[in-house]
Amino acid sequence: MIGRVTEKVGVSGVFLFSVVVAYVIVGFVDFESFRSALPMLGRFVVRIFPVLVVVFGVMFVTNLFFEGKSIVTFLEKGSGLRGWIVAISGGIISSGPIYMWYPLLGDLKERGMKNSLIAAFLYNRAIKIPLLPMMIYYFGWHFTVALSIYMVIFSIVNGVLVQRLTQGGRVQ
Amino acid sequence: MMEILNLEAQKQAFLKTTQAFRRSLPILLGVLMLLTLANTLIPKRLYGQIFTGNKLIDPFIGAVVGSVSGGNPLTSYIIGGELRYEGVSMLAITAFILAWVTVGLIQLPAEALMLGKRFAIVRNAISFCTAIVIAVFTVLTLGMV
Repeated sequence: MIGRVTEKVGVSGVFLFSVVVAYVIVGFVDFESFRSALPMLGRFVVRIFPVLVVVFGVMFVTNLFFEGKSIVTFLEKGSGLRGWIVAISGGIISSGPIYMWYPLLGDLKERGMKNSLIAAFLYNRAIKIPLLPMMIYYFGWHFTVALSIYMVIFSIVNGVLVQRLTQGGRVQ
Repeated sequence: MMEILNLEAQKQAFLKTTQAFRRSLPILLGVLMLLTLANTLIPKRLYGQIFTGNKLIDPFIGAVVGSVSGGNPLTSYIIGGELRYEGVSMLAITAFILAWVTVGLIQLPAEALMLGKRFAIVRNAISFCTAIVIAVFTVLTLGMV
């Protein structure tokens, strides 16, 4: 039964349906929370829409200009230092929530992007340049600079470990 | 460069992108709904009440709480600032902020669906550990212990 439903609507459809069910349950158990969640969801969707447009644009451009595997020469096995630089700087300058970038990364992974570079990209998403002034305000210059440097360094450690534990191959 | 002038190539690229997006949208919407629900159900004052004052256990608690939370990183800075004011150690606060932005239990199903189950689990587990390690390094470097 579950298998047939999954086949028909896909795993993503089942996932969305499960979340809707969770909302319905919360609606019955705690209607006040349910009611305050809906306008918040609306605000999130409005805030995230421009990021979705950017991600769509980036995917469109990569599909248009880098047909087949050519873009992945920057990011596949053997891409070396260039691959790390692209992944780390891409992670730092990309904006919006982390999960908005999953479709693009999934697409690039299918074309051969290494897990180590995907992990490094995702890790560096945590360095938010527009939010650095806020971090400085709360925790000071020294803390912000030290933390940011360690995050870049450990994004490489993270990538190497993810590569070893998922694809088993040597990181090049 | 000729590719951009080719209408057929543009159409193909647009169709390919739209297809990939159509597959991802239910997952993205699901994650967004989950994050909203978590933000609504977890009261902000709860964060200050779960730290013990123990310098060894609190970084771990910080990383756990950061992992199950989600949303704008700015919220984690504000909560971190409040926790600091309440006397929670910088080790715990740093682990909390780092786990908030690098580990995502709420978006784990979406990450697993789009990037692979093994990848998502391994990446999040390693990010959890590195959140604590980086917190230790940062605090030791700045002499904040």
